[in-house]
Amino acid sequence: MKKIFVTAVAGLMAAAPAMADLVFPSLSYRTGPYAAGGIPFADGYADYFTLLNERDGGIGGVMTKLLECETGYNTEKGVECYESTKGEGALVYQPLSTGITYQLIPKTTADDIPMHTMGYGRTSAANGNVFSHTFNYPGTYWNGASGAVNYLLETNGGDIKGKKIALVYHNSAYGKEPIRTLEELQKKHGYELSLLPVDHPGQEQKSQWLQIRREKPDYVLMWGWGVMNQVAVQEAANIRFPMENFIGIWWSGAEHDVLSAGDKANGYKALTFHNVGRDFPVFEDIQKYVVDAGKAAGAGDQIGNVLYNRGLYAAMLAAEAAKTAQGIHGTADITPAMMRDGMEALEITEEKMAALGMPNFGPSFSVSCENHGGPGLVGVTQWDAGSKTWSLISDFKPTDMEVIGALIEADSGSYASENNIEAQCK
Amino acid sequence: MFYREAGDFKTSYAADNQTFPIKFDRMGYYTALVIAFLVVPFIINDYWANAILLPFLIYAIAALGLNILVGYCGQVSLGTGGFMAVGAYACYKLMTSMPEVNIFFHIIISGGITGLVCVLFGLPSLRIKGFYLAVATLAAQFFLVWLFNRVPWFYNYSASGQINAPERSVFGIEVTGPNTEAWATYLFCLVFLVASALIARNMTRGMAGRKWMAIRDMDIAAEIIGVNPLKAKISAFAVSGFFVGISGALFFSVYLGAVEVGEAFGINKSFLVLFMIIIGGLGSIFGSFAGAAFLVLLPVVLKVVGVDWLGWPTDMVAHLQLVIVGGMIVMFLILEPHGLAQLWRVTKQKLRLWPFPH
Repeated sequence: MKKIFVTAVAGLMAAAPAMADLVFPSLSYRTGPYAAGGIPFADGYADYFTLLNERDGGIGGVMTKLLECETGYNTEKGVECYESTKGEGALVYQPLSTGITYQLIPKTTADDIPMHTMGYGRTSAANGNVFSHTFNYPGTYWNGASGAVNYLLETNGGDIKGKKIALVYHNSAYGKEPIRTLEELQKKHGYELSLLPVDHPGQEQKSQWLQIRREKPDYVLMWGWGVMNQVAVQEAANIRFPMENFIGIWWSGAEHDVLSAGDKANGYKALTFHNVGRDFPVFEDIQKYVVDAGKAAGAGDQIGNVLYNRGLYAAMLAAEAAKTAQGIHGTADITPAMMRDGMEALEITEEKMAALGMPNFGPSFSVSCENHGGPGLVGVTQWDAGSKTWSLISDFKPTDMEVIGALIEADSGSYASENNIEAQCK
Repeated sequence: MFYREAGDFKTSYAADNQTFPIKFDRMGYYTALVIAFLVVPFIINDYWANAILLPFLIYAIAALGLNILVGYCGQVSLGTGGFMAVGAYACYKLMTSMPEVNIFFHIIISGGITGLVCVLFGLPSLRIKGFYLAVATLAAQFFLVWLFNRVPWFYNYSASGQINAPERSVFGIEVTGPNTEAWATYLFCLVFLVASALIARNMTRGMAGRKWMAIRDMDIAAEIIGVNPLKAKISAFAVSGFFVGISGALFFSVYLGAVEVGEAFGINKSFLVLFMIIIGGLGSIFGSFAGAAFLVLLPVVLKVVGVDWLGWPTDMVAHLQLVIVGGMIVMFLILEPHGLAQLWRVTKQKLRLWPFPH
């Protein structure tokens, strides 16, 4: 009896420090039609925290703990995951789904937990005055739309008047996001925009591409995710659409999206807000501390992929925000509310990234109370089917904040009046 | 030993015809009600409400509605997801255009609107039956989802096409929006479920229900004995649509709070509710409850056992879940085609004689 008691107490003592871990939930999806994109992101996210634990002993001396929960890109499961993990002290949510994001914006605000929707989610959440707990730095969909138009302007010598641009988009909240920006920019630059929605999950695109073949647009932009990307690239190859005139958003530009189309996908372009490839010192550490130690997440075969890098980047930004929060509040054991302050005061500089082994991995930026969206710098990558690599062909450049800023103001303003939110920044 | 009729005398027709004629059963029913209304609200937390109880209550209403149509009237429908979407969007439009009216009435009116839409899509049932009707309702499913995606008026011209439930309260207590208490949303849905179940039970054992069952069992014979197939079928579609609409409205406003039509009300939802009534038991009120509970709880239980206790990778558990749910559906269809309700009936019969079966 006494022995049982002693072991029970010892067990409790051993379990007690574990309570103080910095908990990072990962609402991942490794199943379903969007798994191809969900797996590398989740792997990158998990591996970075494993690396921090193995190499640095956590963040500021406190170990990190990753809670993975499978959502299958499904909102109901996302809610279940949120409810089951929030009680464990989750510091920041990154649902990697625009649908789940809309769901969680009011919930996280009510529960005082920050959410980081990096390059997805509700764009107008960039207005920190209204969306106190939602962050979408370093770039938003509207930056993406403007970045694509800017790139076209650049390649056309500054004039795209009369050019025909078609937008192939996932017929959901995610895909509809860029439409308003593209329409505004249409007024400014005078191109013709046509909209081609593709329904979930996106395997059926014959009619859309038939229309593209008939209308012969000069450029095709794509807001796709999951199987939709592969099918679109394949269909574009089938109608012999010139690949260099086909530009995807950053969610439509990973290896698995183009590999299935083989050589025909050569020259396909995609936007990005972070660097690609595995030519960074951090990958040596990952190899040494994570992969060789047998602790790589998933199958461990995604390292260096575009979306793996994005997961890594997301985890890096979260870890840096946690460090900032620890600095602000003077405690290593931060709460979600402190994490929010850390995210709002986050500053990413070139030196910081270089020190982390990720030089020029993403743009330098700083977050403020008013601006949760970062600078919105957009780069362009291109696929080389021969060497099977993505490479950055246009560096991170500013987007049309004049147009985007007005749109963000309008959309967040209507959200604020619908929900009676007062400006939180002084 | 349990479920004894001995000593349980009835002195009126009303007593003889009550839903639970056996005293033991009746006590169980009252106990369940007392626990649901007076005990659960005090111990409920956010996780239990949002992950388990709210989906159960809401799906149970949808299953009740579909069971009236499929189980009692024999008209196969694959349009449940679309009809739930009608309820959700009707509720959204009502909530935003008439904020001064109580959400309670909005949800009931949404049910009514869905009933009308359901009748419209039920008209083909007068000419076609079985598989062909299933295909016609499938058309309703796709048409409705397309409509709500296509016409911006339904989502108030929002940029993303999402609809978001504004904050609304009943008796000063918030039931929609992010700042709700778990017990409030739970009780709100529970009231709707209990009312729906009482209405459904009393309709199905009254004249309307007998007409539906006559149509289900043999429509020509029903017509000969004086059942008007037009009225019977249309009324089944209307009542079914009403309940499904209420569940859709609750699903959007209370449970999720933000909805995107293609994702939340796709064809998967139609099949899910259909599986619920098949597993639970066609033509049984209890079956609707049992089926909804089974399909809501099973994934959660599998997740807790697989991920939290055994520490398996999340993707493997998600895949296993598909295998197990699929396997169980096949198993049920082979071993007990009448579903969990029949299993319960058999158990009751056995318990009645236990421990002296002879």
